[in-house]
Amino acid sequence: MRPSRWSRFDLHGSPYLFIAPFFLLFTAFGLFPLLYTAWVSLRSWDLTGDAGFVGLDNYSRLLGDPDFWNALVNTLGLLVLATVPQLLLALIVAALLNRPLRALLLFRLGVLAPIVTSVAAVAIVFGQLYGRDTGLVNGLLGLVGVSPIDWQASKLTSWIAVSSMVNWRWTGYNALIYLAAMQAIPRDLYEAAQIDGAGAIRQFRNITVPLIRPALIFTVVMSIIGGMQLFTEPLLFGQGDVSGGSLRQFQTIAMFMFEQSFQNFDYGYGSAVAWMIFLLTVLVGVINLLIGRRLRGGTQ
Amino acid sequence: MRNQRNPLVYLTLLVSLVLSIFPLYWLFVVATRSNDVVGQFPPPLVPGGNLGENIQRLFGPEAEEAHFARGLLNSAIASVCVTISVVFFSSLAGFAFAKLRFRGRNALLISVLATMMVPVQMGIVPLYMVMVKLGWQNHLQAIIVPFLVSAFGVFLMRQYAERAIPDELIEAARLDGCTTFGLFIRVVAPALRPGAAVLGLFTFMGTWNEFLWPLAVMEADNPTVQFSLSQLATQYYTDYTLMFTGTLIATVPLLLVFILFGRQLISGIMDGAVRS
Repeated sequence: MRPSRWSRFDLHGSPYLFIAPFFLLFTAFGLFPLLYTAWVSLRSWDLTGDAGFVGLDNYSRLLGDPDFWNALVNTLGLLVLATVPQLLLALIVAALLNRPLRALLLFRLGVLAPIVTSVAAVAIVFGQLYGRDTGLVNGLLGLVGVSPIDWQASKLTSWIAVSSMVNWRWTGYNALIYLAAMQAIPRDLYEAAQIDGAGAIRQFRNITVPLIRPALIFTVVMSIIGGMQLFTEPLLFGQGDVSGGSLRQFQTIAMFMFEQSFQNFDYGYGSAVAWMIFLLTVLVGVINLLIGRRLRGGTQ
Repeated sequence: MRNQRNPLVYLTLLVSLVLSIFPLYWLFVVATRSNDVVGQFPPPLVPGGNLGENIQRLFGPEAEEAHFARGLLNSAIASVCVTISVVFFSSLAGFAFAKLRFRGRNALLISVLATMMVPVQMGIVPLYMVMVKLGWQNHLQAIIVPFLVSAFGVFLMRQYAERAIPDELIEAARLDGCTTFGLFIRVVAPALRPGAAVLGLFTFMGTWNEFLWPLAVMEADNPTVQFSLSQLATQYYTDYTLMFTGTLIATVPLLLVFILFGRQLISGIMDGAVRS
């Protein structure tokens, strides 16, 4: 009877053994830290050790901290500047790639190339391009008579510089996602629209955009999650300073968290920031989903 | 949609292409020149002959605070280990979720999907504390062990296994007396290879490019390659050619991967998009 008992165990037990490594490791290094963050955020805990439970003190301190609000405004501003142009451009590039073209693979590879570049590499190259005295961007602007801009100095200019890094890195990736969705649209829909006399722009608006909505929502949600955690680009743009410029003009909430946790060693407070980022990400995601649903209701 | 030969289309695409390639090309140009070109306008647009000298400076005593060679080695080891592990465990779990029947399968699968939404980076403070407890700060395992599995990987491989493995194949192997693990090794793993390649590419790139966690848990004398880059960018920020040479060398492995496997990457991204 031994073989059959073994084979019964194999049949019923194996699936659990196959998925166990994922769940064990994820629980230890993914889930546990996240829940532990919630616990730490309710305590006063710094380099000198855990000084006990303080309830929601860290959170109320956070809500009264102007540096937190400043970082939040910066993050949201950067999110808009980095997401809207990126997705619009991606949509245009995808629409152009979605037709019979010569050298199609070359174009696809070309627009995707930025994705293999590390964030640190992007930040270093763009940091130089935006240099005040030696950067190419100011050089080009000089040609049309604009005097050199100190890109780090103000909120708006530093946001433009940092968001352009994000836009550059992700536009091609999103374009490919849109392209895949566009290619799944049946050709005869366009042919029918053409017979009805709809031009290219109207076809795009009335057929393409509604039918790729799942891809649109996916990219918006991914961009929001990425945008709420923006860290490396602004960090290296400011030569590694987690305060994001002398007046914190481009400090994001992720940088603020890092500053509190690993520079001020205020683990309790830093954990509260981490949870706030998580909650805000969920909130922005839900708002986006509601807007998406509202829009869909409107067009039908 | 009819006017296929519209020159405007090609022009717009060409402009996008130049915009997306130029920063990479500029990286190469500066890395092959000396510091006097920085700030020249109009800028030099062809590569110079200083690359060898710049590389020597990067690995020499002048830039020793960046520990660049160490960073490259650490990142190579971590990326290879994480990639092998993620691909193996994701294939195993993805296959189980797609093709094996067991109690609680759907609930467990949903919990995998839910964990994909959780930004794990937000747990870095306690994860750091765990590392302190384990005595792993500034050790290589700190940037490997927490990343040995990935919810995204499990999901991707489940989707792939669902389509790539016919049920008859599994039944036939079972009738031949294969154990489940034998089945996985002999029948499933070969069929999953294309999907595993895409997952491997993404995982390798992600690990090589990871920044925030190594910065938190490693020290400057034992960095990853991206950490080394940030050291270059902060300690030597006036020395552009040094920074750019480091950046170029840190990017070359991924560019090679991209040139060799670009097609698979594109189809991987596009496949994922269709199904999401």
